Amino acid sequence: MARRPLPQPPVRLVGGRLGLWWQLFFRFGPPRWTLYMRHNWAGKRLVIAVPYVWLLLFFLIPFIIVFKISFSEVRLAMPPYAPLWEWVSERAVDVRLNFGNYLFLLTDDLYVSAYLYSLKVAAISTLFCLLIAYPMAYGIARSSPATRNLYLMLIILPFWTSFLLRVYAWIGLLQNNGVINKVLMAIGIIDEPITMMQTDFAVFIGIVYSYLPFMILPLYSNLEKHDFTLLEAAADLGASPIKSFLRITLPLSVPGIVAGSLLVFIPAVGEYVIPSLLGSTDQLMIGRVLSDEFFANRDWPVASAVAIAMLLLLMVPIMIFQRYQARELAGAK
Amino acid sequence: MAERRNDNKNEPWRDPSAQAYVEIQNVTKRFGDFVAVNNVSLKIYQHEIFCLLGGSGCGKTTLLRMLAGFEAPTSGRILIDGKDMAETPPYERPTNMMFQSYALFPHMSVAKNVSFGLEQEKLPKAEIAQRVDEILDIVKMREYAQRKPHQLSGGQRQRVALARALAKRPKLLLLDEPLGALDKKLREQTQFELINIQERLGVTFVVVTHDQEEAMTLASRIGVMNRGEIVQVGTPSEIYEFPSTRFVADFIGSVNMFEGRLIEDLPDRVRISSPELGGVVYVDHGISAAPGANVWAAIRPEKITLSRAAPADASENCARGIVKEIAYMGDLSIYLVKIESGKMVRITMPNVERLAEHERILWDEQVYLSWHSSSPVVLTQ
Repeated sequence: MARRPLPQPPVRLVGGRLGLWWQLFFRFGPPRWTLYMRHNWAGKRLVIAVPYVWLLLFFLIPFIIVFKISFSEVRLAMPPYAPLWEWVSERAVDVRLNFGNYLFLLTDDLYVSAYLYSLKVAAISTLFCLLIAYPMAYGIARSSPATRNLYLMLIILPFWTSFLLRVYAWIGLLQNNGVINKVLMAIGIIDEPITMMQTDFAVFIGIVYSYLPFMILPLYSNLEKHDFTLLEAAADLGASPIKSFLRITLPLSVPGIVAGSLLVFIPAVGEYVIPSLLGSTDQLMIGRVLSDEFFANRDWPVASAVAIAMLLLLMVPIMIFQRYQARELAGAK
Repeated sequence: MAERRNDNKNEPWRDPSAQAYVEIQNVTKRFGDFVAVNNVSLKIYQHEIFCLLGGSGCGKTTLLRMLAGFEAPTSGRILIDGKDMAETPPYERPTNMMFQSYALFPHMSVAKNVSFGLEQEKLPKAEIAQRVDEILDIVKMREYAQRKPHQLSGGQRQRVALARALAKRPKLLLLDEPLGALDKKLREQTQFELINIQERLGVTFVVVTHDQEEAMTLASRIGVMNRGEIVQVGTPSEIYEFPSTRFVADFIGSVNMFEGRLIEDLPDRVRISSPELGGVVYVDHGISAAPGANVWAAIRPEKITLSRAAPADASENCARGIVKEIAYMGDLSIYLVKIESGKMVRITMPNVERLAEHERILWDEQVYLSWHSSSPVVLTQ
């Protein structure tokens, strides 16, 4: 737009209400310290370094120690394993790598069946967690913001009680003269108490109950971000509500499903407390085997080998997740 | 665009026996205490481009969403093709909608997005593929068929959204601010493409927009909405030249409004004495208003002539003032003149001659404003 030419006031550096220095300051601008800091700030690297150092100290080094122990031989001493290398003379080092611990895992039936059983329990529990958590997360994500916070609160609430206490509570519910059996008998549905303790069923209940929030929360945070107009668009194009769910909501929530499933599956494989308290003693899960080897048997090398093997086993789903995520990221670019 | 055709066949709203395709009867929509749409009745005919025009929050989008079935009217009826839509869910209506945000499915390719609607009809695969190709050809997006929405520009997404809405060959297409996210050049280009597509496929369009230029270009008829009510329905030129209320006159284009009293009221002419103008407005057509009533004379900026010399008859339809502001727009210049009563008047003058600096009226010059007696529109409300 053309404007009427305004008379230009003469440039005066002295005077004004704020004085010369302010005039200079505003005329030439404040120092560009923000830009300077952005280019020369060493703190950025420091901040990034913190988690790396943390992981190095508390994850990688202990892992290396365990890895080392898994190759040594058991002996009755303190510590209860032979060192990997010994100075025979001043010049020669005697290194003894013992793969026997790993071979032992394969030869003894106990370990393989414990691994398989752990995977089975974890997989089934994860599936049930998903089936229960999905509708809950969906409902929360669709509720009004005020009630949403209340629901989330209720889901996190059990964490305020001790985990062990909550598992003990399930014993009180499930045992033969427990609450559930008593109620069912009082109503007259059953005459004899149903044996629920020391069964797989009890283990599933325990794991599903304990890990449900870890499934709900990532699912919720995914579903909550969904654009509702996409469902309107699907309906507009002739898709019934069920079709819209299967073709729009479900595919878009896969990242949430994967994240939640891993958060449940990985700790469930190594679960120790729940199967010990609720499960049968005939079939052990790998976590129990691990602790028995360490504390009852005092065979640290075999226990370490079990731990390393379990870790390798869990690497597979984690790597699948990583690859999936990388593909998602590549797709999002 | 709408002025190209003048027979009754192309202007079915002039034909009392014509069957309306969409009939909105006394529809009201309340959200709690807020009345979003207030007792709206409308008839929209086949092959029309009907624009709902209004500011934000005037209820135009709510009305559109009720046509699509996403909202149910609190009271009133909506008939599409003679059928009451009250019990019909959105996925069974013969309408398709193009969303303001486009609402493309982010996890599907362009082709999948477009075929989504066709797949719901359970058509054979070969036919779906052929129809997807066809519609992508129309919107010139065929080479992008395998892209995902996030790999497209805003204009391309808009085309995909249009293609997806058209793929099912709906009888009625609802467009919610279809060109809102595009820049001016692209918007103009797309407007004409939209009209071409509409004429080619014979679809009825209902377009919601807040952009009056867009409404003027696209529409066969415009319905101006304000606070949940339809204020005026008419062709773009009717709305512009014969606005029925001050709101419409002010909303469409710009206008100079002079408040005054009727001093002469004859069937073929009226005179209005306006203190705001500091003179008399003479209008060469009759109006229907009580004598002595308060009325407003509305004059469009381009219908006022600006001159240095006083016009021959300076007793009526004339005012003197001083140029306060000039805005040079290239094709025309906008002048703001302060007339003697103190009111600012807006005048646009086409820049017919190139850079005639010495001829041009400049700041602080004294000028005379005058207009033809057919130009003012007299408004009573």
